[in-house]
Amino acid sequence: MLNRLANPGSFMRWSGPAMVPLALVTAATLAIGLYLALVVAPPDYQQGETVRIMFVHVPSAWLALFFYMVMAVAALGSLVWRHPMADVSQKAAAPIGAAFALVCLVTGSLWGKPMWGTYWVWDARLTSMLVLFLMYCGVIALWRTIDDPARAARAVSILTLVGVVNIPIIKFSVDWWFTLHQGASVLRLGGPSIHSSILVPLLVMALAATLLGTTLHLLGMRTEVLRRRVRRLELLRAERLEAPSEPVRPSARSEVSA
Amino acid sequence: MSDYAFYIWSAYGAAALAIGALIAHHLLDYRAQRRALQRLEGDAARHGS
Repeated sequence: MLNRLANPGSFMRWSGPAMVPLALVTAATLAIGLYLALVVAPPDYQQGETVRIMFVHVPSAWLALFFYMVMAVAALGSLVWRHPMADVSQKAAAPIGAAFALVCLVTGSLWGKPMWGTYWVWDARLTSMLVLFLMYCGVIALWRTIDDPARAARAVSILTLVGVVNIPIIKFSVDWWFTLHQGASVLRLGGPSIHSSILVPLLVMALAATLLGTTLHLLGMRTEVLRRRVRRLELLRAERLEAPSEPVRPSARSEVSA
Repeated sequence: MSDYAFYIWSAYGAAALAIGALIAHHLLDYRAQRRALQRLEGDAARHGS
């Protein structure tokens, strides 16, 4: 079942009709989330109005970690099963994760100034999140450096799997070290410690961010499948121009139809 | 919101800018690849016939 859905041809067939409904649901959820975050949610008893920054900051942090795990699972798929859609998924996830990591860093910084009195401190949580963003930048750069997608996928997979060590460091940094950053208040043993008037807008915004990330990931994967078809057709054309009398290799034909 | 309005609107603005740029990049890239594929398939069909 999964293998059939993950075939490039069938992926393009099922993902195409899913794009518009998914985008509409994302836009509706985001509109509701923003209304709850900016209008309905009350000021926090300690943070005051700046709690509204958390409705963007926290989902961005979750999604930045989530897309790195998507890349890590896809990296395993690339290295172990050599699945072409694993490469495609991995490549499409990187810019989305990078954007969410950047949003997390910038919004956290803008929250830190009025609450901590500084935009930045080199504490474990902030630094490990910055490392995650730099990992994403490295992954994107590596994809662009190597021209052959299969070779690039192998190199990126290794880099991605090495970088997975940073994920538990980010998650548990607030427990392992004394940091300025507060501890977990939603994803923790014993359940969330924040009031429902703050928790509900936060979860709706997290759902909106997840839907947005999923929509963009599917769109990015579709683009990458098209890019690979374009590359193969260009190779075929170059081959035909070099040897006009010779017939086109059957292997190259099957690459295009794959 | 007046005391912290600058920080709040800057945070939402920065997020909108980053996510908006990401969406625009995805849409433009998708459109560019689709056009390139159509052009190449058109060329291939002309050479094939």
